[in-house]
Amino acid sequence: MTKTYWKTYQSAVADNHYYYERSCIRQSFFPGSENIFLKITRELLNKDIIDDKHLHTCTGIGYYSGVVPIETTMTVVARLFALMTEAGYKNFVPSCVTSFGLLNEMVDMWQHFPEKLNQTKKFLKDATGRTFEMPDNIAHPSDIIYKNREILKAKMKYQLVNCKTNEPLQVVDHVGCHYSKIFPKIVEGGAEFPQVLSGMIKSWGGRNVDYPERRHCCGFGFRQYLVMANRGYSVANTKKKFESMKPYKPDFILANCPGCAMFMDRWQYTIAEMEDITYDDDKRGIPVLTYEELVGLLLGYNPWDLGLQVHQVQVEPLLEKIGIPFDSSDKYRGKNNEVIGSPNKPLNLRVK
Amino acid sequence: MNTSLFGIISEDIRFKEGLSACMNCGVCTAICPAAEFYDYDPRHICNVLLSRNDSSIEKLLEEETIWNCGQCLSCKTRCPRGNVPGLLIAVLRELAVRTGKFTSTTQGCQQYAVKKTVGDNIINTGYCVHLMHVKPHLHPEQGPVWEWYYHNAESVSERLGANYNKDGAGALRKIPDEDLDEIRRIFEVTGGKSFFETIEKFARDKAEKLNKNMSDTLEYDEFFYHVFVGANQK
Repeated sequence: MTKTYWKTYQSAVADNHYYYERSCIRQSFFPGSENIFLKITRELLNKDIIDDKHLHTCTGIGYYSGVVPIETTMTVVARLFALMTEAGYKNFVPSCVTSFGLLNEMVDMWQHFPEKLNQTKKFLKDATGRTFEMPDNIAHPSDIIYKNREILKAKMKYQLVNCKTNEPLQVVDHVGCHYSKIFPKIVEGGAEFPQVLSGMIKSWGGRNVDYPERRHCCGFGFRQYLVMANRGYSVANTKKKFESMKPYKPDFILANCPGCAMFMDRWQYTIAEMEDITYDDDKRGIPVLTYEELVGLLLGYNPWDLGLQVHQVQVEPLLEKIGIPFDSSDKYRGKNNEVIGSPNKPLNLRVK
Repeated sequence: MNTSLFGIISEDIRFKEGLSACMNCGVCTAICPAAEFYDYDPRHICNVLLSRNDSSIEKLLEEETIWNCGQCLSCKTRCPRGNVPGLLIAVLRELAVRTGKFTSTTQGCQQYAVKKTVGDNIINTGYCVHLMHVKPHLHPEQGPVWEWYYHNAESVSERLGANYNKDGAGALRKIPDEDLDEIRRIFEVTGGKSFFETIEKFARDKAEKLNKNMSDTLEYDEFFYHVFVGANQK
């Protein structure tokens, strides 16, 4: 049960007119997720959202890895806000959870240290000639989907229900650390009971899995993953989560951070290949979805147009549970419908 | 300007944000993912800084421990006094680079690898990470599906709505030269460029001591692979 004291923690999400910032990680690993989010926001929610070609990285991965100084990051963030200002928008929507945390952190520091804000303004002016205004609102795209979950539910073809047993699917929600842990008070439910994903799951017919390591970090660790020699840190932390959730037999994992989604998918492959361990009963692994992919699936979009073929843990068993039809011959086709071969098979992790 | 190590640290806004008196409850260490994996204790970081002792701080800058943190900032949520050891680590890492002490440790030397990948990616492409940067031979953990995707990047990503390395808006687009020029000017004006040069300078000294070659081409950069893969691995 959600503890009452967290109920005062609410996210303020602007209702319309969004300036969308693409995520380095999400557009690389899950381009279909950003695509379907924009499509749904515009066509089903009838919102105005801009995708600006001039946008660029926020430097978050470099900043949290210790190679980009804070003054540089602040000024790059200021340029992002300047682009938003020039485009006539006031509501900033970063696709990445790292960006979400970083932008809020920079704004918070500017509020506490106005001299740093003045320095950033001067740096930006000197470097680019630009000026900027602070956003009225910074919301994550998952906040927008969460706020509109009932509207989307009314348009969905499928529910999070096993079509054979009629039982709700067991779903693990994994909320990114930089979404809920840096500024818990701007997140509905705070860091302990974030509603963003669990609310979607509940609304769309599923059952949330409450397991001991539910709030543990996925283990990205920035430089811990980026440097090959340190990746034991990343996989060990994710392994801890898998071992904790395994007894609850989750049907899939849902994430709002693109890095978390990618790691929880890939580390299952790695652990299977290194130790011949999987966390389901069938040696196929537990599918991991982004929230955009989940919305797209339940609305009835073709799984292979959403990008589910670029996941290492295969999603077909999950599609079959929900009753979503799919065409296997369409899975590994390119943009012109051409067949482009298929991936090699892992040694231990079952893919068919 | 205060030139003692503690003086420099105390002027950083992340120190001002991140440390009040610590009551040594240890909650930060209990919740810390890094403390489970490494011999790492964020409470110790707070104690050393609260000691205001430059000798202790200098010792810290020369130890592996400041490189153990994963910057998840779980500590920020938990500390009953609002301390943030993760922010203190960011300050200490920056100081370790500026003083060259980062090359005292195995993990500190890895800043060269992070600069050569993420740092150069930002300057050259406008992305911290782009699909084309995640090369399968440097990322075997990504698995065979990634390898397939990587080698068919344009066709697969464009089926998924991307605008792969092309002009205009969209996922994985080519970021316009005029925008990249502004990012580079920001790095020049704010000290980001000189910070990169500092990492390179001290890394070069370390590479010479270890008799490892460095190269502008990553594939031929012996020191990069030495720190990226691990000193005792191939």
